Amino acid sequence: MAELSFTDEELKEIDKIKAKFPTAKAATLQVLWVAQRKYGHVEPEVQNLVAETLDLPKSHVHGVASFYTQYYKEEQGKFVLDVCTCLSCQLCGGYEILHHIEDKLGIEAGETTEDGMFTVKEVECLGACGYAPMLQVTNGEYVNNLTKEKVDDLIENLKNGQKPEFESMDMPELEKRNQAAAE
Amino acid sequence: MAQDWKSFEPLLIPDIPNLQQIGVYEDNGGYNALKTILKDQGHWSRDHVIDEVKQANIRGRGGAGFNAGLKWSFMPDPDGGPRYLACNGDESEPGTFKDRKIFEYNPHLFIEGALIASYAMAIDNIYVYIRGEYISWVDMFQDAVDDAYEKGYLGENILGTDISIDMEITYGAGAYICGEETSMLESLEGKRGYPRVKPPFPAQKGLWGRPTTINNIETLANVPLVINNGADWYGDIGAEEHPGPVLYGISGHVNQPGVYEYASGVPVMDLINDVAGGIRGGKDLKAIIPGGSSTPPLRADQLEGVTMNSDSLKEAGSMMGTAGMVVMDEDTDMVDVLWRIAHFYHHESCGQCTPCREGTGWLEKVLLKIKNGEGEMKDLDLLLDVGNQMEGRTICALADAAVWPVRHTINRFRDEFEERCKKSVHAVA
Ligand SMILES: Cc1cc2nc3c(=O)[nH]c(=O)nc-3n(C[C@H](O)[C@H](O)[C@H](O)COP(=O)(O)O)c2cc1C
Ligand code: SF4
Ligand code: FES
Repeated sequence: MAELSFTDEELKEIDKIKAKFPTAKAATLQVLWVAQRKYGHVEPEVQNLVAETLDLPKSHVHGVASFYTQYYKEEQGKFVLDVCTCLSCQLCGGYEILHHIEDKLGIEAGETTEDGMFTVKEVECLGACGYAPMLQVTNGEYVNNLTKEKVDDLIENLKNGQKPEFESMDMPELEKRNQAAAE
Repeated sequence: MAQDWKSFEPLLIPDIPNLQQIGVYEDNGGYNALKTILKDQGHWSRDHVIDEVKQANIRGRGGAGFNAGLKWSFMPDPDGGPRYLACNGDESEPGTFKDRKIFEYNPHLFIEGALIASYAMAIDNIYVYIRGEYISWVDMFQDAVDDAYEKGYLGENILGTDISIDMEITYGAGAYICGEETSMLESLEGKRGYPRVKPPFPAQKGLWGRPTTINNIETLANVPLVINNGADWYGDIGAEEHPGPVLYGISGHVNQPGVYEYASGVPVMDLINDVAGGIRGGKDLKAIIPGGSSTPPLRADQLEGVTMNSDSLKEAGSMMGTAGMVVMDEDTDMVDVLWRIAHFYHHESCGQCTPCREGTGWLEKVLLKIKNGEGEMKDLDLLLDVGNQMEGRTICALADAAVWPVRHTINRFRDEFEERCKKSVHAVA
C-alpha cells in the first residue's frame, strides 16, 4: 500500500475529536472510525497511521481495532450486509433471510462475492428487534421487516449504486404524517 | 391498575408532532424543569433535587433497576476536580430497542434530565455513549445537542447562571459488553471494553479516575417528569415498587411488535394481546422472555396475573430487566432459542475471566450438540453444572446473564430438551 496519510481536513476533524476528551488516547475509537470511513477498513497500515496521528503505541491501537467487531480488519465488499440472526430475528426468520442472501450471492456468511460487490455477515442483535428480521448495510442504514422480495430489491438497488434511505420505525404515526406533509 | 392501564397518556413519547425539534419541545413545556431549578436554587438545592429523585424511586431502566436518586447520592463532595455523568446508550441486550426511540423522537427530554442530574451532582461534563451501529441516531441526536447549545441550555453560564455543563457524544464500534458500566468507561477512555474490578466503584473512581455516575438514557428521561410534577405524583404512576412510565419493547411472534409506552405494571397477557395485537397466525402462546435475553423465560402457564413490575416478575421466577419482551408461539423450538442465546453470550464475552470465557464456550458447544441431535441426557446436567461454576465468579455480570437463561430454560422446558436427547444418534446407538 502507498504511504498513508490524513488530509488537512481530516486532521481538523481529528483535532475536534481530541478536544472532546482530556486524553489523546480517548480519541482512539473515533479516529479509527475516521480512518475506516476513508480507507474502507483498518488493516495494520491504517492502524499504524492512527497510532502515529495520535502519538500512541501501535499495540494499543491494534488492541482496540481487534476488540470491536465493526472495524474491518481486512478489505470488504463494496457493500457489507450485516444480517441479524439473534433472538428476535431468529424467531422471525432471520436465518431464512441469511440463507436466501447466501444462495442468491453464491457465498456463505463471512465471505465476499468474486466481483467484490458484497460481503455477507451474520451479526448479533442490532437493537431493532421489533422490526425483525433486519439487516444493516455497511455500518449504516437499517433495513427492517425483511422479506425475500425486499432483500431482492435491496440487492438490485445496491448493484445500481442506490443505497437504502433511512426508514423511521420509531416516530409515532401522527409524526410521520406531519413530516411527510412538511416535505 | 389492572383495568385502567389503557387510559395512560404517554409522558416520554407523547404524540406531539415534531417533538424532536427544540422549539416544539419548548412550546410543550420543555426545559421548564431545568428553568424551575436554576431560577430558584435556594429552594432547589442540589440535595433537594437528589432527595426528590430518590423519593420518586426511578428504578434504573438499563436492566438492574437501581434507584437513580440513591445512586446519585453516592457521589463524593466536589473537590474542585472534574466529575462526570456517563449516559449509557449502548442498548445491545437482545430484545431491547427503546433508547433509540428517545434519541429519535424526544431527545431533549433526555438532555434536560441529564442536565438536572449534572446540576444535582455538581457535574460539568456529560458523555453520551451510543452503540456504533446506531450511527443514524447518533447523527440525529447530535442535531438536538447542537440546538441545545445554541439556545443556551448547554455550555457556559446556562440560562445566565454561573453553571456550565458540556455534553459530548461518542459512539462504540460493536461490542455488547460496552453496555456494562465499567466496560463503557474503558471504551470512553479509548480502550478495549474490559470491565473493571469493583471496588473502587465509579462514584469514587470512574472516568479518568474521577467521580462518575452512570445512568441509562430512559432513566434520565424520567427526571424532568419528577421535577415538574413531584415525587408523589411520579410514585403514583403504575406499580408501587417500580413506578413511572415504561417503554415496553415487544418483539417476536406478535402481530404488532414495537415500542409502547404505558405505566409500569401492565399485565403481561394484556401487553401481548391488547397492545401488541396478539400472537401471529392465531397461534397459542408458548413462552415469553420478559426483559431482554438474560431474563429467565416464563411458560405461558406461569403468566396468570403476572404484571410488568419487578416484584411480580420476581415472584413468577424472572426479572424486569430492560422491559424488552420477546414473545414465542407454540411452534417455537426452545432448544434452538437457547442455543442462539448461548451463542450470543459466548460471542460477546470479553474473555478476561476464565469461568466466563471457557464457560460460555461450553454452554454454546453442548447446546449445539443437543440441537444437532447428538445430545445425551447427561449433557443437560453438564450444562447446569457448568452454569453453577460460572455464576458469581467473574468480574462482571455477563457470565451470570449467560447462565440464567440456560438454567431456567432447561428447568422449565425439560421435556423438550430430554426428548431431543432421547431421539439423538446416541439414543439410537
Ligand atoms: C453485560 C451487561 C450489559 C449491559 N448493557 C447495558 C446496556 O446496553 N444499556 C444500559 O443502559 N445498561 C446496560 N447494562 C447495565 C449497566 O451496567 C448499568 O447498570 C446501567 O447502565 C446503569 O444505569 P441505570 O441505573 O440508569 O439503569 C449492562 C450490564 C451488563 C452486566
Ligand atoms: S464476566 Fe465475562 S464479560 Fe465480564 S469481565 Fe469476565 S470475561 Fe469479561
Ligand atoms: S434480535 Fe435482531 S435486532 Fe435484536
